Amino acid sequence: MNGARGRWGRALGRCAVIAAAVALWEVWARQRGSSFFPPPSAIAARMYGQWFSGPAAHLFLTHDAIGNVLPSLGRIAAGLAIAVVVGGVAGVAIGRSVALSGYLDPLLQFARALPAVTLVPVFIALFRIGTEMEVATIAFGTVWPILLNTIDGARSVDPVQMETARAFRLPGRQRLTKLIIPATMPRFFAGLRLSLSLALVLMVFAELAGSSNGLGYEMNDAESSFDMTWVWATIVLLALLGNVFNLLELAVERRMLGWYRGARGRTP
Amino acid sequence: MTGTTMLEITDLSHAFGPGHLALDGITLTVTEGELVSIVGPSGCGKSTLLRCVAGLIRPAGGRVVLRGAPVVTVPDRLAVVFQDYSRSLFPWLTAEDNVALPLRRTQPGRAQRRATALEALATVGLTDTAQKYPWQLSGGMQQRVAIARALACDPVLLLMDEPFGSVDAQTREDLEDLILAVRRDTLMTILMVTHDIDESVYVGDRVVVLTPGPGRVRADLPVDLPAPRDQITTKELPGFVHLRTEVSRLVRNQPGGPGRPGDSGGGGGAAYWGRERNRSRAARASQE
Repeated sequence: MNGARGRWGRALGRCAVIAAAVALWEVWARQRGSSFFPPPSAIAARMYGQWFSGPAAHLFLTHDAIGNVLPSLGRIAAGLAIAVVVGGVAGVAIGRSVALSGYLDPLLQFARALPAVTLVPVFIALFRIGTEMEVATIAFGTVWPILLNTIDGARSVDPVQMETARAFRLPGRQRLTKLIIPATMPRFFAGLRLSLSLALVLMVFAELAGSSNGLGYEMNDAESSFDMTWVWATIVLLALLGNVFNLLELAVERRMLGWYRGARGRTP
Repeated sequence: MTGTTMLEITDLSHAFGPGHLALDGITLTVTEGELVSIVGPSGCGKSTLLRCVAGLIRPAGGRVVLRGAPVVTVPDRLAVVFQDYSRSLFPWLTAEDNVALPLRRTQPGRAQRRATALEALATVGLTDTAQKYPWQLSGGMQQRVAIARALACDPVLLLMDEPFGSVDAQTREDLEDLILAVRRDTLMTILMVTHDIDESVYVGDRVVVLTPGPGRVRADLPVDLPAPRDQITTKELPGFVHLRTEVSRLVRNQPGGPGRPGDSGGGGGAAYWGRERNRSRAARASQE
């Protein structure tokens, strides 16, 4: 719509708002001088010292970052990978099968309504405290948005497109890879977006409940040592991670779903 | 020479659920190389008829025989152009990939499929847009892609379901001429459903008029107009005007005009058609 100029202008405006908010926080926190609300500058310094002041050989990551941030990211990746595979495959299968979706729908709705965090005690019992339990929690929590959206997407493939596939005698495998899967992608990504933010929450919660490392564990550690700057540093790091996930997801989505944006923008 | 029979529809009936009869005993024979327009008021089952011929719907009664073989599933070498091009093309594939997709079954080589697709796109006048996505093209161009996709399959029978129903008048005329040109070059048999009376007469060798639902054959009229057809000169011929009026009357179910009152028999029409066809064949041959 607007040129590159308008886009850069808007981006600049957004940065200005963030900068102003941080500045306000800084002024307010300094005046207040409360140990519960350290100023952003102190938080940033702490984040640098805690995680990003390591040797160049370790990509400037500190021992603590390698010991806590990376395991958390790994668990999110593993949990999401399971959710994507299970949710995607089962979603397409259930969405395309009238019988399957008829039978499973009540069960799925029930399972979705179950908050994943309430299953942490069960998973602790099942898998013992540690990575397995955390990955199970993340996978179980994040599979639902992906699964339910994928079911919906696969179910609502345009009947005209399905008829076209039949009229041109596309074999089953091509119907799946060239029609059903691409047509389902927009909904799959809508689910994935929801699951990404959920994954972060579940990771922290599972690690708070029981873990020997990770960001949730570190937060617990910080809290019990009454180091509020450390607690805040962890919170800000989590927020930054959430933003990075979102950006990554958008970049992938833009590549995969360019046609979708184009088609939606242009069809009358 | 009367040509061999391409398609034989015998007493075809279909109902969507009890009491909702869409087709009621349609009998129709199409000769090889013929372009038959099927016209009728909306809801007369035109599209249902086409879907039965395509093997997309299993009719409740009667039979469809294509080149001697009964149609039970979608037959080989049959292609369909749907009305709703914006939904029948896949928006995640480029024009070229849309055209090439159905070829995977018959042509294993990627380069070969690509060549076939580009050739089909060139036939419909799209040479520079192969790498564009359907949503980057105008409605007329999208329908051209859909036609190219059908042609690339090298069908012996092409079915078109109100193919130009959603494009503007100028584009519609261009596409009608495109179909006539394709038919002239390939001698393909074409069955085209339309609700546009002028179009049915202009492109058809024969116009089959269906009754309002449930669809029955009300009339089967030969189109005795010289080839090649032309959007201006053909449409001002007395024969064209007469025929379009007659078809219009039949579609609107008004009493017949002064023209041919008893001209609804399939047999008479076929004989008439044979003559016309020989003449146009001869005309074509003399042009070459």
